[in-house]
Amino acid sequence: MKNELTIRIAGEAGQGMQTIGAVLCRAFISAGLNVFANQDYMSRIRGGNNFFQLRVSGKPAHAPRRQADIIVALDKASVELHRPALAAGGLLVADAKKYGLAAGTAGFADVPLYALAAQAAGAELFMNSVACGFLTGATCTDFKHAESAIRRAFEGKPAEIISKNIAAAKAGYDFSLQQADCRGFAPGAGTGGEALLLDGNGAMALAAIKSGCKFYSAYPMSPSTGLMETLAQYAEQFGIAVEQAEDEIAAVNMAIGASFAGARAMTATSGGGFALMTEGISLAAMTETPVVIADMQRPAPATGFPTRTEQADLDFALHAGHGEFARAVFTPGTPEQAFALTAKAFDTAERYQIPVFILSDQHLAESYRSVRPSDLNMPPVKRYVLTGKIAPDYKRYALNDTGISPRALPGLADCVVYADSDEHTEEGHITEDAAVRAAMVRKRFHLKMAALARETEKPQAVGVENADIVLVGFGSTYGVMREAAESARTIKTGFIHLSQVWPFPAQEMEALLKNAKKAVTVENNAAGQLARLIRRETGIKLAGSILKFDGRPFDLDYLAEALVAGRFQ
Amino acid sequence: MNPEDFDTGDPIAWCPGCGNFGILNAVKTALAQSGRPPSQILLVSGIGQAAKLPHYVNCNCFNGLHGRALPAAAGAKIANRELTVLVATGDGDCYGEGGNHFIHNIRRNLDITVIVHDNQIYGLTKGQASPTTDQGHITKIQSAGVILEPLRPLELAIAMGASFVARGFSGEPEHLAGLIVKGMSHKGFALIDVLQPCVSFNKVNTYQWYSKRVYKLDSSYNPAERIAAFAKACEWGDRIPLGVIYETAKETYEEKSGLDKRPPLAGADILNVDINPALT
Repeated sequence: MKNELTIRIAGEAGQGMQTIGAVLCRAFISAGLNVFANQDYMSRIRGGNNFFQLRVSGKPAHAPRRQADIIVALDKASVELHRPALAAGGLLVADAKKYGLAAGTAGFADVPLYALAAQAAGAELFMNSVACGFLTGATCTDFKHAESAIRRAFEGKPAEIISKNIAAAKAGYDFSLQQADCRGFAPGAGTGGEALLLDGNGAMALAAIKSGCKFYSAYPMSPSTGLMETLAQYAEQFGIAVEQAEDEIAAVNMAIGASFAGARAMTATSGGGFALMTEGISLAAMTETPVVIADMQRPAPATGFPTRTEQADLDFALHAGHGEFARAVFTPGTPEQAFALTAKAFDTAERYQIPVFILSDQHLAESYRSVRPSDLNMPPVKRYVLTGKIAPDYKRYALNDTGISPRALPGLADCVVYADSDEHTEEGHITEDAAVRAAMVRKRFHLKMAALARETEKPQAVGVENADIVLVGFGSTYGVMREAAESARTIKTGFIHLSQVWPFPAQEMEALLKNAKKAVTVENNAAGQLARLIRRETGIKLAGSILKFDGRPFDLDYLAEALVAGRFQ
Repeated sequence: MNPEDFDTGDPIAWCPGCGNFGILNAVKTALAQSGRPPSQILLVSGIGQAAKLPHYVNCNCFNGLHGRALPAAAGAKIANRELTVLVATGDGDCYGEGGNHFIHNIRRNLDITVIVHDNQIYGLTKGQASPTTDQGHITKIQSAGVILEPLRPLELAIAMGASFVARGFSGEPEHLAGLIVKGMSHKGFALIDVLQPCVSFNKVNTYQWYSKRVYKLDSSYNPAERIAAFAKACEWGDRIPLGVIYETAKETYEEKSGLDKRPPLAGADILNVDINPALT
């Protein structure tokens, strides 16, 4: 028994793979297991072919597998489309009658998903719940876990809908018990313990709420929209203004306006929207207005692959916005890091009065993991603003040794505050004075960068000493690098993960890399942007890069093969 | 408060005789009449000669990006609805670069007052056509005369459902101050398009040109009739009406969103937000 199991549910857009996938994830979590689930979907509302794939394990799971032990085809097209992804000894589930497949032929298990749905719940529509129940039984999982997960997923829906879904699931479950022994597909023993089902977007939304974000403006754009949806869901409860802007230019300028007035503010988008925001980024820097901007990367240029993943905005985030100014760029690799670093982004933005970026991507943003609530941590929230009675000689951009001028909030302080996108005096009025200009640049750029550099997140290095090969990555490749390192048999593999790429932790990286036998970056882009950044900042030229730029995330098997074959670019 | 209480020491960078001076005086007069202290007023601007105005007024100022005064103002107002928010913008800033924000902030209907310094020309970039430049106007760029039809801000605003639409003239600062006071007391998005001669770069629409044409709407005009107001807004040429063209009561963003029932977001205590209810 390999103590883990991968299940893929495939079908057309609109067949409810995501809903039922989430139900299964929660059912397994409820049974005490760990899950990692990723979504592969097309940029369309109906039709096409999508899948939801979940990996269930007794141990924490951080990355997807290439092949699935069980594949459920919810439509005919999925049968042949996904057959190549079936692992040896795996089970391909299809509804022979519905799809017009010759019953009894080898190569798939015939489960009358549609007929069972019609019988048990009165409509074929419920076939996805039948599939859910079937999978529960086929993996030796107690039905009560599926039932509670269905109740949770359909919370607030009419009782009839819930009971029909449960009835359909029960029919699938009972059907599975009449079939072959389920023990071959049991995912192993769970470790127990309470866990949430969280994706990167959800983790960032929760962290934003806890960090006191009171204003969020954005224009919907895959794959960032999930964050906005979560914030909108909690807006009333936590007193947050969530405003859908007319475009990303408005989104970032509204966030900056709200932040100027004193509300902690955030916006998120993907590369195309981020491109529209760049002038606003520069405005935040010039006016020294805190703002948190998340870029959930997707394949570009231009519209690219709207629903798929890439890590090609690294260079862009490092340089977005015209001119020179201080910034911080966080690159979380897990929902837990997304939570902690979103909190740090809010703190850093306000403390240093700068734009702070969080680089996520579709893979992190929309892949679910079981996460223990105790692993969602952040330091207590602090504020760095002046309100109430202010000294009469207050100057918004007062020059000092730190580069950080006390920030009074207009309307909440009894002074007046002038902020300007033109070069300005300490008072905030327009100037063309050369000496003032030089002092302001030093303040906004040199002084703030020096202070930010002291607080950069340390790279996480595991098993680097004596490793035959060291993998180096940022952002969402954390999981695949970690598991590849843990499971490497023939080649001793270590890894270094950067959860902050700017200010770049040059000294730490130099120390980690200078004695490495061989180090390569693992990146979801075509240029090896991280490898270039490392070289620029440390002078170290790595042995190469393992790159993937087909719009799909790395899976464990892909990376393992690349390592064994020495496929470096 | 007196208008002088809103003076700042910042040296004014406009050309002598600029129409902006009349607008600046009107703004200060209106702010003094509003009774609001400088610390509770926020003037937001974008880029252009109009955008320099907040620097010359003693109150909070956010001088942002070209065309983006409205989104910044909207964000600030949502963050702290107790702030009195005014926007100083120009025909290029508001109707050109920021046209999309103009349209959508009419829809948003936040309680803000938008003063557009409309000189029918680009002043800061030295004399190119603006969205409101009349057809045939010759500039260094539009050397055969402007061929595009001008944008009609008042017609657009009324068509979009704006709840307060007015036109002033910088040559009539007292009348203009009255319009700004009305705009500030109106609940919702108040647009005041202000005809303003550019003495350096607009040799067509001069003080004399405007003075010959403008007339003030009197009490016989009813600004509550939308269709009649639209017809009045269309009046342009030999006769140009000044005054409140259209005004109607409309639910504001603050009311529709429930912001008006909450304390200002900017002042919220955020030190101990408990997210446990969301951890399910």
